[in-house]
Amino acid sequence: MINKKALTRLAFLGAALAWLIMILSDVTILFSDINGLPPDLPAWLPRIMFGLYVVCLFYYYKFKIEHDEALNFTDLLWSVFASGLVFTVISLAVRLVIFLLGTTTILTLDVFKDVIYQINFGLWVSFLLAAFIAWKRLILYQKSKWLIRTWYVFELSLLGVLAYDGLNISISDAISKVVITLLALLALVLSANMKWVAYLNFKQKWTSLLLLLLTFFYLGYFFYTVMNLSEAMTAKSTTYFSFQSTIFNPALFSFVVTYSVFSFLVILFNLPTSSVFEQKLEEVVNFQRISQSIQTEQNEESVYNILLESSVSSVSADAAWLEIQSTNEDHRLFTYRISEKEASDIRDHVKSKNLRGVFDQSSDKTKNLSKHLAQLKSTRYRSILSFPITVKEETIGTLTLLKELPEGFNKEMTRIVSTFSNQAGISIENFRLMEEAFQNERYKEELKIAKTVQKSLLPERLEKDNDFEIAAFSESADEVGGDYYDTIRINDHQVALIIADVSGKGTTAAFHMSQMKGIFHSLAQQELDPKEFMVRANQALVYCLERGSFISATYFVINTQKKKIFYARAGHCPVLYYSAETNTSGYLKDRGKALGMIKSRDYCNHVETNELSYFAGDIMVLYTDGITEAKDAKGEEFGLEMLNSTLLQTTQQSAKDIERHLIGRLYEYTGTKDINDDYTTMIVKFAGASQLIDTKPV
Amino acid sequence: MVHIKRLQEDGVDIIAIVGEIDASSSIELDLAIAKSVGEGYRKIIIDCQAMEYISSAGLGVFMSYIDEFKDKNIHMVLFGMKERVMNTFSILGLAELLHIKNNKVESKQLINELSI
Repeated sequence: MINKKALTRLAFLGAALAWLIMILSDVTILFSDINGLPPDLPAWLPRIMFGLYVVCLFYYYKFKIEHDEALNFTDLLWSVFASGLVFTVISLAVRLVIFLLGTTTILTLDVFKDVIYQINFGLWVSFLLAAFIAWKRLILYQKSKWLIRTWYVFELSLLGVLAYDGLNISISDAISKVVITLLALLALVLSANMKWVAYLNFKQKWTSLLLLLLTFFYLGYFFYTVMNLSEAMTAKSTTYFSFQSTIFNPALFSFVVTYSVFSFLVILFNLPTSSVFEQKLEEVVNFQRISQSIQTEQNEESVYNILLESSVSSVSADAAWLEIQSTNEDHRLFTYRISEKEASDIRDHVKSKNLRGVFDQSSDKTKNLSKHLAQLKSTRYRSILSFPITVKEETIGTLTLLKELPEGFNKEMTRIVSTFSNQAGISIENFRLMEEAFQNERYKEELKIAKTVQKSLLPERLEKDNDFEIAAFSESADEVGGDYYDTIRINDHQVALIIADVSGKGTTAAFHMSQMKGIFHSLAQQELDPKEFMVRANQALVYCLERGSFISATYFVINTQKKKIFYARAGHCPVLYYSAETNTSGYLKDRGKALGMIKSRDYCNHVETNELSYFAGDIMVLYTDGITEAKDAKGEEFGLEMLNSTLLQTTQQSAKDIERHLIGRLYEYTGTKDINDDYTTMIVKFAGASQLIDTKPV
Repeated sequence: MVHIKRLQEDGVDIIAIVGEIDASSSIELDLAIAKSVGEGYRKIIIDCQAMEYISSAGLGVFMSYIDEFKDKNIHMVLFGMKERVMNTFSILGLAELLHIKNNKVESKQLINELSI
């Protein structure tokens, strides 16, 4: 395939060659005719060359104008105007040359006159073809099948006529008249396609009118020049190839003129209504902006701004404001060409007059209330139009438009503004829903992280000793809590245990829990007395915890040498202790406040170390409130008593089995796998000195 | 889940809690107390007669005001707690840090004594 550029050049070259041959041959023929010599060249040559010239030029413009997608309507007209300008300038230059030559003999030569004539003629045809192609694009702007067919019939007919001219065969007059009438009809039908005019804005219309006027000027100039010259020529000889001797040329000329005249008139008469079209178009664009603002913009503010701008431009208001009331009492005012003070003055004025139908919905908005506004001295506005913006049936704000003219808003404008404010409401609602969805997603993501953190903070294995065995269970709810348990060996006869519950839920709880873990691991190593442990832990935590957060914990040191448990309870659930000796169980009574509650150094007065001796078979149940507060279907809590009785059922089993039984019982009680709070329990079963007790039947 | 009512009697702001205070509703309780403080009340009584449950977050709200009230010389008395609710206050050790009474009359009496 030869590319477009090459084709364009080829067409241009072809046209130029054809034109040269046409001029030379025509001059030769004329010369022989005038001097009575037998012609060397056949008389049909100039005609054929003319046909070739037209076809080449047609393709040249087709490539240049018709296939250039970047051209808009005024550009098209401009290209016609520009080619006209070029040709006219060339023609005028020729005139200037003749003028400068003065009255030299050469001018009187008929042959020279013919050359001048042919040059002008060629330029004119070229201009006509440029216009023809441009008009074709305009006509076919909104095409239908029918229109395209009609156009091709017209084009083919013109080609036929051109061929007919070229062959110079005379068919009867009647037939040529029919052909001419047919062509004229087609041209008229096609000239009725003026849809492109509607798409011009006011300024473009003026430009088009000017360009068309200049086109008329060129057409007139060439018509005059060519006719003048041909008149002078005809007086001498008729053998030259003239404009009038063809059907094609007058047909092309009339078509171009007809369509230009039509366009001119249509544009002229469309001028007064163009502002309406423009406004309608703007409304559509504005409406689209509001609807799409959510996808493209990132906040509600831009929706408000777009709403304000669109409404103002659609009804050409002189001033406007948009008042947004948010739930948390923050009040925002977006203004357009009005001061906040004046806006609130007007609002207060309207409110104080208790005028119905201004700021409330569902009333006749076309009343422009000019007489009421006139009473307000400080304002120059005489018309007011206001609409509420509703999101989920709740008014979130009002849009108010003002005009200086009294009765400045009509029903049509009311309708538009109403549509705008409704759409803005929908946009904001969508925006909020989206925002909510994002938030939820973020929250879920955060929870996932918190849960992973929490899980990783719990020990993978627990300390073991000949004296006791420990089993633990922890399951967190969907909403991450902050339950923590851990064990650490202090030395060969001491093991520290902790169970803690961080207040609150979510990420904060998980982070507080990690702080607790750090404190446990650093302080427990120091062989501290449990009370001292708590005092130091409190000191460390009190300024780290968030306002209103605290940690309840119980810290144990099991001393296998002394066979004793030393512990301090800081606001945590009381320990359930089973004594094998008496086969009884109960909650240990002691006092102690949660960590992080008391900021002063006198926390030491709020916590104490307790000690008790353990014996083989004793069981210690540590748990968090998630277990005792677990509810059944009726909303009854699992409670301390049930926890106690559950333990009593399994006193002879291993720690692991006790734990399994307890958790099994708990799930059975709640009747669901979905837990509300974290379930954490740690069971310590003592063996120790008298292993025999284990086997003693109860 | 929770409904918080405020009513003023003889210069005392009585905040009544109806329902359950959990992690999310504790924010409402916090706001109500903060509002009362913001309005300049120095005597605040919390009516817990209709409070069914309080989570650790809710307890945290009361806890967080202890120091602030001490500094600003504001007094707060709670009354009418159900046993179960009272238990959660006690376990945590918060009961000893707050003034807790059985009924409104006693509460008023205490708060007036404290304010002298």
